[in-house]
Amino acid sequence: MNFYIISLVKAGITAGVLLTFCAYLVWIERKVLAHIQLRPGPYRVGPHGLLQPLSDLIKLMTKEGVIPANVHTFFYLFAPFLAVALALISIVVIPFGPEFSILGVTTGLGLTDLNIGILLVLAVSSLGVYAIALGGWASNSKYSLMGGLRSAAQMISYELPMALAIVSPLLLLNTLNFREMVVGQEGFALGFIPRWTIFAAPVPQVFSFIIFMIAVFAETNRVPFDLPEAETELVAGFHTEYSSLMFAAFFTAEYANIITVCCVATALFLGGWQPLWPAAYGSNFVPPLIIGLAGLMLLYHGSQALKSRRWDRFSFPAIGVIFLGLAGLFFVPVLQPVLIPFFWFASKLLVLIFVFIWVRGTLPRFRYDQLMKFAWTFLFPAALINLLITGLVVALTSQ
Amino acid sequence: MDAILFLTFAAIAVACAINLVLQTHPISSALSLVGVMTSLAVLYLLLGGSFIAAVQVIVYAGAIMVLFIFVIMLLNTQGERTQPKKNVLPIAIALPLLFSLIGVLAAIVATQVPAGEIVKFGTFSGGDPLTFGRAMFTRYLLPFEVTSVLILIAIVGAVVLAKKEI
Repeated sequence: MNFYIISLVKAGITAGVLLTFCAYLVWIERKVLAHIQLRPGPYRVGPHGLLQPLSDLIKLMTKEGVIPANVHTFFYLFAPFLAVALALISIVVIPFGPEFSILGVTTGLGLTDLNIGILLVLAVSSLGVYAIALGGWASNSKYSLMGGLRSAAQMISYELPMALAIVSPLLLLNTLNFREMVVGQEGFALGFIPRWTIFAAPVPQVFSFIIFMIAVFAETNRVPFDLPEAETELVAGFHTEYSSLMFAAFFTAEYANIITVCCVATALFLGGWQPLWPAAYGSNFVPPLIIGLAGLMLLYHGSQALKSRRWDRFSFPAIGVIFLGLAGLFFVPVLQPVLIPFFWFASKLLVLIFVFIWVRGTLPRFRYDQLMKFAWTFLFPAALINLLITGLVVALTSQ
Repeated sequence: MDAILFLTFAAIAVACAINLVLQTHPISSALSLVGVMTSLAVLYLLLGGSFIAAVQVIVYAGAIMVLFIFVIMLLNTQGERTQPKKNVLPIAIALPLLFSLIGVLAAIVATQVPAGEIVKFGTFSGGDPLTFGRAMFTRYLLPFEVTSVLILIAIVGAVVLAKKEI
């Protein structure tokens, strides 16, 4: 019984955090893109546009959900549901932190510990193409159909290099379970180099990481591989005909997928919740230092508030005090074993997500034939050679 | 719990399989096949074959059926518009055959399978990737390699047949 209650609580928290993060990822993306292009970005709704996701949600919910004439109604309605359901499943195998005891109950920070964890992620991501392909086909519009077709072809092609890039670190870690993977990356070589697979001793998995990230950009339909929704050619691609909450479902699915693949990359290559340098050299003080400095900065800016923005005199110090309180939480002995690993996991995740947005703000879109040629003539052979070298080195050194 | 899950997903698999035959539109049929495959994966999982279950979804539902759907969408085939036929003869022959097949199968299962050796959920533990890989690359290495060569020949053959000039 205990198990069911804990699982329910953990599932509720994870789903809530994931969906909120999806909404705020849109805000983060718009802000970062805006600053790359020297614009302020969303600024009107709430301080620095922080309530923009909420107003977007209200807008999408109150809009009329149009079902165009001549669509295949069942598949048209089924596709967005499938997209969002599949996008939210994979998060269950991701561990966010080590096992800990709270109120006499020992549980891991994460939903489940499947011993086929990474295979589940691959299986669910390979099913995700149905949502997009079906949505494009059922809309009965040529732009949507083109988007769906492109998506299907692209996902089949890029799944191969992605799977091959995953295999190489698995050879080093010797497990398919995410929690065991992260535990296997514990410790430091020479006392200060973390034993993450990206720095692993016999063969550093830098190439696997790069190939994985490139393939993942294609799998999540992101720039520079966002051919399925290329707005200059296909209006909005596979979701051209969707409106209201059905459009929101596709949108949520895209962002949830980004979060999941970044979690996978973090656990697989970047050592999950393991810190960047040993606790002996003070890595435990990094999270309170960063958050505390942010709080102090807010207090300072509150005292320097402009006359035209009187409200800042109250809001800045208030948020600053909240930040200082958060920093203080890292010194509570009960919370320390949970918060510090979670901080490292979250910071690695956010860095990867920033890379996603950075690339979107920097690179132009590929042409369709370039996309396919790149996958089959460069990325796939590169992944194969990488796997071959890793396998050889592991076989020679593991005696 | 296991029995409820088994009955649910077995029923879904059979329902999807019947739907696959009854649907007139190719996309509906193809998706029913995906339904059959994913429910089969759940059945494998119930029997303890976690690796097989994952591979079933990745390979069949995630790769092969996507290609099917891709081709159907590319050709944009429409559903067949068949007239309802008044011909009773095929049904009259098929139904007794179907029932006799079910009867023969039931008789074989009842007589040939000893009562003590019925598959029980959760007792099999050789389905994890480690045991699976061991078996495949030691005991069954030859069949495995022969199959891979066979698939390679099939790919080369398909390319030769499809291309006019090489």
